[in-house]
Amino acid sequence: MNFPQSYQYTKSHEWVLFLADGTAKIGLTDYAQDQLGDLVFVNLPMVEDPVTAGEAFGDVESVKAVADVLSPVTGKVCQINEALLDAPESINSDPYGAWFIQVEEIEEKEELLDAFAYEAYLRTLED
Amino acid sequence: MERKTALYDLHLACGGKMVPFAGYLLPVQYATGIIAEHMAVRQKCGLFDVSHMGEVLCQGPAALENLNHLLTNDFTSLGDGRVRYSPMCNGQGGVVDDLLVYRVKEGCYLLVVNAANKDKDFQWMQTHQLPGAQFTDLSDTVSQLALQGPLAGEILAKLASPADIPGKYYSFVPRGTVAGVPCLISKTGYTGEDGYELYCAWEDGPRLWEALMEAGRDLGLTPCGLGARDTLRLEAAMPLYGHEMDDTITPLQAGLDFAVKLQKPEFIGRQALVDQGQPATVRVGLRVTGRGIIREHAAVYAGGRQIGHTTSGTHCPAVGPVAMALVERAYAQPGQEVEAEVRGRRVAAQVVPLPFYKREN
Repeated sequence: MNFPQSYQYTKSHEWVLFLADGTAKIGLTDYAQDQLGDLVFVNLPMVEDPVTAGEAFGDVESVKAVADVLSPVTGKVCQINEALLDAPESINSDPYGAWFIQVEEIEEKEELLDAFAYEAYLRTLED
Repeated sequence: MERKTALYDLHLACGGKMVPFAGYLLPVQYATGIIAEHMAVRQKCGLFDVSHMGEVLCQGPAALENLNHLLTNDFTSLGDGRVRYSPMCNGQGGVVDDLLVYRVKEGCYLLVVNAANKDKDFQWMQTHQLPGAQFTDLSDTVSQLALQGPLAGEILAKLASPADIPGKYYSFVPRGTVAGVPCLISKTGYTGEDGYELYCAWEDGPRLWEALMEAGRDLGLTPCGLGARDTLRLEAAMPLYGHEMDDTITPLQAGLDFAVKLQKPEFIGRQALVDQGQPATVRVGLRVTGRGIIREHAAVYAGGRQIGHTTSGTHCPAVGPVAMALVERAYAQPGQEVEAEVRGRRVAAQVVPLPFYKREN
């Protein structure tokens, strides 16, 4: 499984990538897509919707399961990945390219883990 | 503590994601994933471990009479080597379980029941055992594999003599051999495709699995888990106990009229079914026309009020998002527009004929 160094991670298995312009992109980790299995549906918020750290902004569905996707940050949605709505399977094939939303005006952050700490956290889940 | 089937180690070796199901640890999927497994069965062939299913023998001079008393279908005309499906009702007409009946010979029948119900079923059968008939639970001594898909026959033909391969749907060969393993070979399945179900001794399960996988390697045979089993049966609109029927849902409400012979003079639940008359609700298919996936237990609305609820539903690989629902008879016509409540939102759907998928030929 793959966890890029430039991304940060939540214990609820989202990733966040902070960009130089002060915005952040958000998606699901390789571990999350592997646990959920083949993804077939994505529900995203609208541009300008507020998102709150630790609260659901959307959901994903695999053949077997539904899962909320939580926002790692508080802010305002400035862009959504519309291509994802028609191709939810790209979350399985490219979890770090398949971003869900981009957030601006970031005020607050969840507890975020770097790649090393996230992998260590995943090992504790295996027991 | 969940039990393991004889094939547990082989599932792990194939990358199976093991989950508890009906008291057993079984693979929900393998490394390839549910969609690839599902499509393998539709286009080539898939292999399932269904050893969790229960097997009960019904034997004795009164065996036929006992089955006709216990089950809603009529077994009087069932010939040797043939299989018939039936619900088993309680006194109120609700369904205790649904099962397959194999007639091995006169006075000897094999019943195959759902894993989750097998203890309840066996108790029920013993409670309603007639003098001259005896029920014996064989579940712990049997491994069962399902080989399903258009290439199933070609794969089986590599390992079994033609005389051991049943030709007609719902027929079987009681004592055949597959790759040297003694098996009951049955042309049945739960996928909507052609295929076979193989019953062998518990300890022979792994040997049979490996021989089939080897024989099917060049033909695209894929190990399949419970996830694909569920999406395949949903596309084929095959009912699943605990979803389309249960102790409180009658077989007539579940649309299983073809297996309920009210003209039989007597069977458990018959009087209740006759008294209830035509059920107020019927099972329908729903195809999602809005955005989303409708799963089980979703309220279904039409004309501004709730008219029923879904019993199964998901995104099916070959047909997209579909569901089955029990709805009021007045709203059961194909083309009827409805909405289902999915986590606080309404998702549009349309009533469509069942099954969602039917194989060509």
